[in-house]
Amino acid sequence: MSQPVNTNESTTDLYRRNFLGKTAAAAGLVLAPGMILTEVAHAKPAGEAVSDKNRWGMLINTDKCGSGCNECVTACQTENGWGGADNSEQHSSASQKAVWIRKVKLKDKQTGHVQSLPLMCQHCENPPCVDVCPTGASMKREDGIVLVDKHICIGCRYCMMACPYKARSFIHEAIKEQKVHAPRGKGTVESCTMCVHRIDEDGTPACVEACNSKGHQAMYFGDLKDSNSAISIELAKNGGQQLRADLALNTGVRYQGL
Amino acid sequence: MKKTIPFLAVEGQSSGYYSLLALLGAFILASLGAFYYMEHHGHYVTGMSNQIVWGIPHVFAVFLIVAASGALNVASISSAFNKKAYKPLARLSGLLALALLAGGLMILVLDLGRPERLVIAMTYYNLKSIFAWNMLLYNGFFAIVIVYIWTMMQRNLGQYTRIAGTAAFIWRLALTTGTGSIFGFIVAREGYDAAIMAPMFIIMSFSFGLAIFLLVLMASYNWTERPLGDAIFNRLRNLLGIFVAAVLFFVLTYHLTNLYAAQHHGFEAFILLNGGIYTQLFWIGQVIIGGIIPLVIFFTPALAKSRGLVGLGALMVIVGGLAQVYGIIVGGQAFPMEIFPGKEVIESTFADGVVASYVPTLAETLLGLGGIAVALFLVAFCVKIMEFLPASLADKDADPHYKAS
Repeated sequence: MSQPVNTNESTTDLYRRNFLGKTAAAAGLVLAPGMILTEVAHAKPAGEAVSDKNRWGMLINTDKCGSGCNECVTACQTENGWGGADNSEQHSSASQKAVWIRKVKLKDKQTGHVQSLPLMCQHCENPPCVDVCPTGASMKREDGIVLVDKHICIGCRYCMMACPYKARSFIHEAIKEQKVHAPRGKGTVESCTMCVHRIDEDGTPACVEACNSKGHQAMYFGDLKDSNSAISIELAKNGGQQLRADLALNTGVRYQGL
Repeated sequence: MKKTIPFLAVEGQSSGYYSLLALLGAFILASLGAFYYMEHHGHYVTGMSNQIVWGIPHVFAVFLIVAASGALNVASISSAFNKKAYKPLARLSGLLALALLAGGLMILVLDLGRPERLVIAMTYYNLKSIFAWNMLLYNGFFAIVIVYIWTMMQRNLGQYTRIAGTAAFIWRLALTTGTGSIFGFIVAREGYDAAIMAPMFIIMSFSFGLAIFLLVLMASYNWTERPLGDAIFNRLRNLLGIFVAAVLFFVLTYHLTNLYAAQHHGFEAFILLNGGIYTQLFWIGQVIIGGIIPLVIFFTPALAKSRGLVGLGALMVIVGGLAQVYGIIVGGQAFPMEIFPGKEVIESTFADGVVASYVPTLAETLLGLGGIAVALFLVAFCVKIMEFLPASLADKDADPHYKAS
């Protein structure tokens, strides 16, 4: 009596196995090209995906930074399509217009020594903006660049409350004339991207490039994890300070001469 | 045998009732119009900026959310702490808590840069974000308080009221801790970054919530011509007085702690001495109007007898509370961030080192007022369709043993 039942079961099992096998194969056929495509799309020209093998950073020598020089700011505006060069925030008041990078002039309270420096997103290793963001729009890439995903930013501005450097801006109106590599959207938050689109093509941030071409050589850019990079060598030799080092954010941007 | 006080829905047929709904409805419509205007044009039509990123809408929203958890206290005292005298008030207390929270959240959501993306915030949680905790806390609060009210209103569920009430009490403490921590956990700004923010927000919620509860109770009993005896009224008045004093104590502790540390001297001078509008809001709004005058009214026997004066005192607690939240939110941002300790900023294109200015526009103010209107509309509507209010709170019904002193 039990024999036929067993046969039936094994036939069913065989059928099930075949069915599952074929389904998996079909799924594989459908998915495989997509996977390959995705891989190609995400690959950097250098042939490497973003990883924590690099940590991109900047070093700014305030002694070399020209007082009154605004090259880094203008270059950023032209590169990323905000501020003076583009006129799309015409309704916003001065304090409502976006600022990705700004020049600040400081005087030491004790000695009276005057310095000038550019201030932008410090690309912290432990960014408060990423901690507080409810949706994960504020994020840090594996290679240390802190960005806002404008597609999931809900515009709550909590990151702006939390940033110790006032590095972020909220877009107060519809933006026209955007750059393809730097999308900007009304109602979302944005900040310095360290010119991530350039870095992904082995380039240098626009501000650093502009500073160097002007002959100031006040800004270094490079990989903090590569001990042979110019920035690492300079940091090892002459050191570099973090702004608000007391907060232990381990910033990716360092300053000399402060 | 102890008789129980019956609950009765308000009749709600009078022209006064409909006028109230119409007035609140007008405010709600105006706030929705303001929302459309702000979203259509963008936030440039507000006074908010990249310096003051949270403005008057957030003041109203945080005030209402804080008050919401406080409004639940009367119910908590009756259920979690089993004080029978407060039992007739528990339903209204729960309703008011829900309504205030709904009003506050409406403002927060409608002020978002991209409110249509709320679904992202509801489906993805960065659990390190206090905002994300709060979204869970707010939704949980709605669920728990609705169940709690249900156990009170459905006769055969009465045995669960104490459990639900205790759960709601614990949840509301968590909720206000979360709201206070939005500010307390911000290391970047001088005025925040203080663990005392969380307990201070809890005690603020006790005070603001009870002040609103007392006014709503007085108004609804007055307008429906139901008796509200001294037994209940005086208890609530004295309790409010204690909460107002407790808020002042926390504010004193907060500022004394700051004054001791040299790094906070600048911020303290800004709030207490030379901060212009923020200094005025602190001393005149928060301390005198919101604290000292109400205390004098509540604890001077001759003054405390007058219902009108006590009502005025409760209103002043609310005004002082708004001033306090304004000082925390806007004042905390207006004071310049200390990015370069030991240095003085002599030039900046982004207002570094200077006090930021903020002038709210009509649109954002209407949005904020709309939150209050939503809360009051919900209460007025619900007390008509369901049995939230006891038919009488006269002394002989509320507390047969009460003796007028």
